[in-house]
Amino acid sequence: MKIIIVGCGKIGITVIESLLREGHDIVAVDNNAEVIRSITDIYDVIGVCGSCTDFDTLKEAGVDKAELYAAITGSDEVNMLSCFIAKKMGASHTVARIRNPEYNDSSLGFIRQSLDLSMSVNPDLLAALELYHILKMPSAVNIETFSRRNFEMIELNLRENSDLDGMKLLDMKKKYPYNYLICAVLRDEKLYIPDGTFVLRAGDRIGITAVTTEVQKLFRDMSLTSKQAKNVMVIGGSRTAYYLAKMLISGGSEVKVVEKDHVKAVQFLDRVPKAIVINGDGADFELLLGEGIKDMDALVSLTGMDEQNILISYAASDAGVPKVITKVNRPEYYSMAKKLGLETIISPKKIISDIFVRYARALKNSLGSNIETMNKLMDGRAEALEFIAGQDFKYFDIPLKDMKLKPNLLVSGIIRGRKVIIPTGDDVIMAGDRVVVITENQGMNDLSDIIR
Amino acid sequence: MNRRMVFFTVGQMVVIEAVLLLLPLAVSIIYGESAAITAFAVTAAIACVAGALLMAVCRTKNKVIYAKEGFVIVALTWVVVSLIGAVPFVLSRDIPSYVDAFFETVSGLTTTGSSILTNVEALSHGALFWRSFSHWLGGMGVLVFIMAIVPNVSDRSIHIIRAEMPGPIVGKLVPKVKDTAKLLYLIYVVLTLVETVLLMAGGMNLFEGLVHSFGTAGTGGFGIKSTGIGGYSPYIQWVITVFMILFGVNFNLYYLLLIRKFRTVAKNRELWTYLSVIAVSVILISVNIYHIYGNVADTLRMSAFQVSAIVTTTGYSTCDFNLWPGFSRSLLFILMFVGGCAGSTAGGLKISRVMLLFKMAKNEFLHLIHPRSVSVVKLEGKQVEAPVLHSVSNYFTLYVICMCVAFALISLFDPMDLETNITATVTCFNNVGPGLGKLVGPAGNFSAYSGASKIVLSFAMLFGRLEILPLMIAFIPSTWTKR
Repeated sequence: MKIIIVGCGKIGITVIESLLREGHDIVAVDNNAEVIRSITDIYDVIGVCGSCTDFDTLKEAGVDKAELYAAITGSDEVNMLSCFIAKKMGASHTVARIRNPEYNDSSLGFIRQSLDLSMSVNPDLLAALELYHILKMPSAVNIETFSRRNFEMIELNLRENSDLDGMKLLDMKKKYPYNYLICAVLRDEKLYIPDGTFVLRAGDRIGITAVTTEVQKLFRDMSLTSKQAKNVMVIGGSRTAYYLAKMLISGGSEVKVVEKDHVKAVQFLDRVPKAIVINGDGADFELLLGEGIKDMDALVSLTGMDEQNILISYAASDAGVPKVITKVNRPEYYSMAKKLGLETIISPKKIISDIFVRYARALKNSLGSNIETMNKLMDGRAEALEFIAGQDFKYFDIPLKDMKLKPNLLVSGIIRGRKVIIPTGDDVIMAGDRVVVITENQGMNDLSDIIR
Repeated sequence: MNRRMVFFTVGQMVVIEAVLLLLPLAVSIIYGESAAITAFAVTAAIACVAGALLMAVCRTKNKVIYAKEGFVIVALTWVVVSLIGAVPFVLSRDIPSYVDAFFETVSGLTTTGSSILTNVEALSHGALFWRSFSHWLGGMGVLVFIMAIVPNVSDRSIHIIRAEMPGPIVGKLVPKVKDTAKLLYLIYVVLTLVETVLLMAGGMNLFEGLVHSFGTAGTGGFGIKSTGIGGYSPYIQWVITVFMILFGVNFNLYYLLLIRKFRTVAKNRELWTYLSVIAVSVILISVNIYHIYGNVADTLRMSAFQVSAIVTTTGYSTCDFNLWPGFSRSLLFILMFVGGCAGSTAGGLKISRVMLLFKMAKNEFLHLIHPRSVSVVKLEGKQVEAPVLHSVSNYFTLYVICMCVAFALISLFDPMDLETNITATVTCFNNVGPGLGKLVGPAGNFSAYSGASKIVLSFAMLFGRLEILPLMIAFIPSTWTKR
């Protein structure tokens, strides 16, 4: 599929990289010749140097034949204009990155409709949403939701003293007889799709799919907290922090924001009056101690610098903050942060590229069983895909145990109307079901791809 | 440096060469030439085993390569492919000396067309076919060929294509390297087949048609007769003239024609410059040589053929232009440096590079007159950035130095007259084919040179075809050290 990516900053490059891995033909547009040169050196793409609102540049990029046009430059207005021109020139689908809170309120619908945008993405908002989900259930390392919000995939690290250490999955089910499924285990950088005889060990990261209420029961029995973090400290008053603070406050939490820049700090308070805004350097640990970091349920480090985020988080874990979340944008720092023992790391870049990958896959087979959501799990080693079973799916009403499924693949949830089924071998897929599949194989487009 | 990936790619190419050797083998079988059959079969078998071994030993998961690896892969591949390609000539006793066979193979692959053979007609059909087929393969590039047919090429194979494709700026036609390589070869194959059909319509048989199409397509110049193309009808001479000019055009333009962007093609300045250079040269030479032929038709045919053969660096000839007046000979000599368009199969400096050099010189003048003036160099309506301009002027310096070194070396080994040695160097370095003077002119050949000179000239051809840098980088020791 021909995709044009406009604006090759940090996010742009991540998107290009993940879409290339999906096998798409990509044209990269940027007005910086140096950027274009380095991109064409590293990636198998065509680079066009020029302004993305210029008719001739877009023509050279071949907009009229593009199936997906994504404008992700740093400026919302440029993105909107660029998408508008591209659409008029014949691009099939346009996506704009729009992140200014001004546009991300009720006016977004109007903008999208009048510019004929297929989708708008707001990395800050999406990152905030993901942070909020994690803070709602701080025991989890990562939480991914599917289109029915109450069905979730939760990643959990098994600690040394966990009673699950050395337990078979069958025995775990006996001990905690709720409606859930252990669908993936990450052990020593290797991914396992486990069956009942699989034995858990301390240090494993396990993925659980279940309905939210069932997860709460399970967590309660395992004496893990499942309550939303009540006192949250956020370092850095960025856009993401703004969205996050709003969500947390409306969920009943206390939010303390530390922002270095005085003007920004005042602005933040103006927008989120219920937050406590401290004007000070988040890297100044004395200040954080004075603001009671030791009494916090959670700390989220969202400054613009990865290095600072990692160090602040490290210090906070050391000081005994139960939940620490670190924003890391550079992939090479990702593994380093892991080595320092930071468990929960979010990367806005990754969130965006996942969205583009899913969108491109859905476009690729717009006729078949569409991908509804796609989440990368377990540090990107597995994918959780949600399909809607369309009419062309040939295996309706066959029990799962009789289907010849591909190896390393698990049907981990069937959502039928309002009912969520955690499937066993006897369950069947029916027309119109939403089917959640966990798989190690990348690049699935269609529900029929689960069959061998 | 990712040595495993370098040698793995070289191994891949050796295996592919083994497969390609089956084509001349088939030709030999059709014509029943037993010596050639064994020669090609044995070489193919050895190459296949050697290449497969190299691939097996150097198999690696790390497929990441950088510009440096790209250059080294290209340099090594070309040398290795030439070394192997020379073997069948020796085994079949067509060319008994290995140095001669190496010269002939390099001349084929680099699409030069200079020969050491005194009697071409004595060669077996298989050997003739292999000689011309190497033109065809080397014209578009052996590694571009790999990219087109091998699955799972590295994401960064653009570095290989850039190192192998001539011209100051190498662009892709479509986003993927692999698809670009496929498209280039598709256009190449179609044009070659069209020419073959047209030649056969003029009375050639399939073998002659193919061999001459290969020679034209790669802008090589190996024929199957000592008289060159002179013995064929005017129709065939005109067909070859037109196709020589066509293969000297940037292949990107053919792609633009395919996707119906006619206006972009019509606005291409390099194309117009190229055609003007040809037109002006044809007119000047026609006026100069009119008294020899005495009628317009012959004069025009002769000058058009010779001019396009030299400017596209094909090197076919229909007459001995060594007997032409001094002015025409000088003009042809100058054209040897110019070459065809960038992104074509032609050699030489390339039209776009010459255009950039002229524009830079003009700016330098303006700058002397108005010291504080600012200037931009534009090509095809786009500003050319400083790094590209630097690389062009640096390339020109290296180009002159390399030619001087080669010229000095062969003068040391073979004390021929100045004209012969100079034109021999220039014709080899620019991948043209014939030089001037009695010995290396269109009617002569390179057999009189000593073995040492032949090796120097072989490397001159490789340097010219690969545009100097790949081989230089491969020969610099610090490329290979771990630091």
